[in-house]
Amino acid sequence: MRVKAPRRPLFDRLARLPPFLWLTAFFLLPFVITLKISLSEPATAIPPYLPVLDWQGGLDGWSSFLESLNLDNYATLAADTLYRDAALGSLGYALVASLILVALGTPLAYALARAPSRWQPLLVALVVVPFWTSFLIRIYAWIAILKPEGLLNLILRRLGLITEPLIILNTDAAVIIGLVYAYLPFMVLPLYAVMNRLDPALREAAADLGASPTRVFWTVTLPLSLPGIAAGAGLCFIPMVGEFVIPDLLGGSETLMLGRVLWSEFFSNRDWPLASAVAVLILAIIIGPVVLFRDSLRAGEEGRP
Amino acid sequence: MTDAPALRLRLEDLTKRFGTHVAVDAVNLELEAGEFFCLLGPSGCGKSTLLRLIAGFEIPSSGRVRLGDQDLTALPPHRRPVNMMVQSYALFPHMSVAGNVGYGLKGLGRTAASARVAELLRLVQLEGFAERRPDTLSGGQRQRVALARALAREPKLLLLDEPLGALDRGLREETQAELRAVQRRLGTAFVVVTHDPEEAMMLADRIGVMERGRLAQVGPAAELYRRPASRFVAGLLGDVNLIPGRLGPAEAGDSRAVQTPHGPVRAAATALPEGATVVVAVRPENLIVGTEGLPVTIADAIFLGDRLRRTLRLPDGTLLRSSGRPDDENAPAGSETRAGFAAADAVILPA
Repeated sequence: MRVKAPRRPLFDRLARLPPFLWLTAFFLLPFVITLKISLSEPATAIPPYLPVLDWQGGLDGWSSFLESLNLDNYATLAADTLYRDAALGSLGYALVASLILVALGTPLAYALARAPSRWQPLLVALVVVPFWTSFLIRIYAWIAILKPEGLLNLILRRLGLITEPLIILNTDAAVIIGLVYAYLPFMVLPLYAVMNRLDPALREAAADLGASPTRVFWTVTLPLSLPGIAAGAGLCFIPMVGEFVIPDLLGGSETLMLGRVLWSEFFSNRDWPLASAVAVLILAIIIGPVVLFRDSLRAGEEGRP
Repeated sequence: MTDAPALRLRLEDLTKRFGTHVAVDAVNLELEAGEFFCLLGPSGCGKSTLLRLIAGFEIPSSGRVRLGDQDLTALPPHRRPVNMMVQSYALFPHMSVAGNVGYGLKGLGRTAASARVAELLRLVQLEGFAERRPDTLSGGQRQRVALARALAREPKLLLLDEPLGALDRGLREETQAELRAVQRRLGTAFVVVTHDPEEAMMLADRIGVMERGRLAQVGPAAELYRRPASRFVAGLLGDVNLIPGRLGPAEAGDSRAVQTPHGPVRAAATALPEGATVVVAVRPENLIVGTEGLPVTIADAIFLGDRLRRTLRLPDGTLLRSSGRPDDENAPAGSETRAGFAAADAVILPA
């Protein structure tokens, strides 16, 4: 007689359901709708695109609906260099900001992880504190800091370091500053979590074997923190590619990022189908890094004991 | 090995306080070059802290650490000619075995370093494992990688914190012998921390017993076993019978009388004053069941092949243990008899 495999308790099976329901309702369905709109044509109507599915039309309605979908919007994206430049721009800004985030976030996370343990909860809270203020207000604040007669120029002039105000606002530099500022906590927190879990005995062993504190950091702490660096960089890079608010408020007119293009297609041109195609393009661009990011996480985990 | 002059480790009044807790309390100790020394004590007695003070991972509250004529007290760990191996081994998980063993050889050239790594892997019998990752090794192999890594820089002194604690029993005995052989071969002074008295006796030339931050007694295993200085040391190193009593007057000779509630006994001489409340400590193998000594009832007798273990009850109910020759069957369980011991085999300790 065959022994029946014990059945997984009902609760366990139900507990797996919510994530699927959630993703279906709030990711998959909206994506299918977006994808469908991206295959439609703009129209002066409500909603502003054609065709609209005729639910009463039965099978014929479906087939005529499917036939009228086309890839014209994607052809437009491919033909117009604006979109290609915007895609490259988004990737470029996100890449530069990610590199700066790694360079800034690593020492910051290391300092947090090495701080006396009774201080750590407070210090971690301080990293999160900016979230208590609206994101929009914080980015607006940077306008006040970076503008020609703003705080930064004022201080630099008082210190006698410059005579003419630096033009930072509405340049690429301002966008990068804004991105780095806004995403730093997302870099620091996962990296801190990894560094905080590193066995102090490993650092001690390295020091015991004659390694100076600098060598201990480069040969032991940093290599073992790579999973955290990958997690942080991925967590920042992916949303930065689609960022809209920061380039819009801090960037100049020549700052080309996909988020901005999407906004203007949607709200200024009322071209929902083209805007949807840009949205699908952003998703496609982001999936690449997500896959890489997942692989590097896996590699990082394999490297652990 | 370098032919450096014999370097002695000297700890002078070494003290470490954590807040109000005194982890290491005014320890004075001198180690011979090439000695295998064992710090023995229960967990929390300060033995690991003492080791970390020598390695430089803790800064002493007061006192000094000297090696030869060099004062190590103020040196950070990476400047001390001392290496340490910990119970968890702390192998670098992102490096190969060769990478781990060669980590401390940065000063050497590439070829010299790899020759040294090969030599060390041969020493710990891990040839052919150079490219393996630590997580693909067994516990015993990892222990040997850690040992090779700690020996790579030819330390004047090797500190080992529970080096065999993570191994299972069979492997541990084998590894004890290996560790002893490596130490003999290199002539490096070893300081091992352990909570296992048997391991301490097996490994060390001398044992230092630690109790609540203090060095309770230092000496060769046999001396600590036969002439313990306190009840704590006596109990730590093996089974012991403690018979309470009152010390008799000082007398010439090498034994002294103790009045117990069950009659007088004699034990090895002591400097304690007359009338002091004491215990007489007797090892089970020195307790002779026969015609002389204190009146006892045989509560139990167990034949264990190589010896006969008996539980004896004194008139007040106190139980004593004896371990005798297996053919000594003239006093079966339940019978009343006497138990005595030679004065030289018993030690008088403060109660």
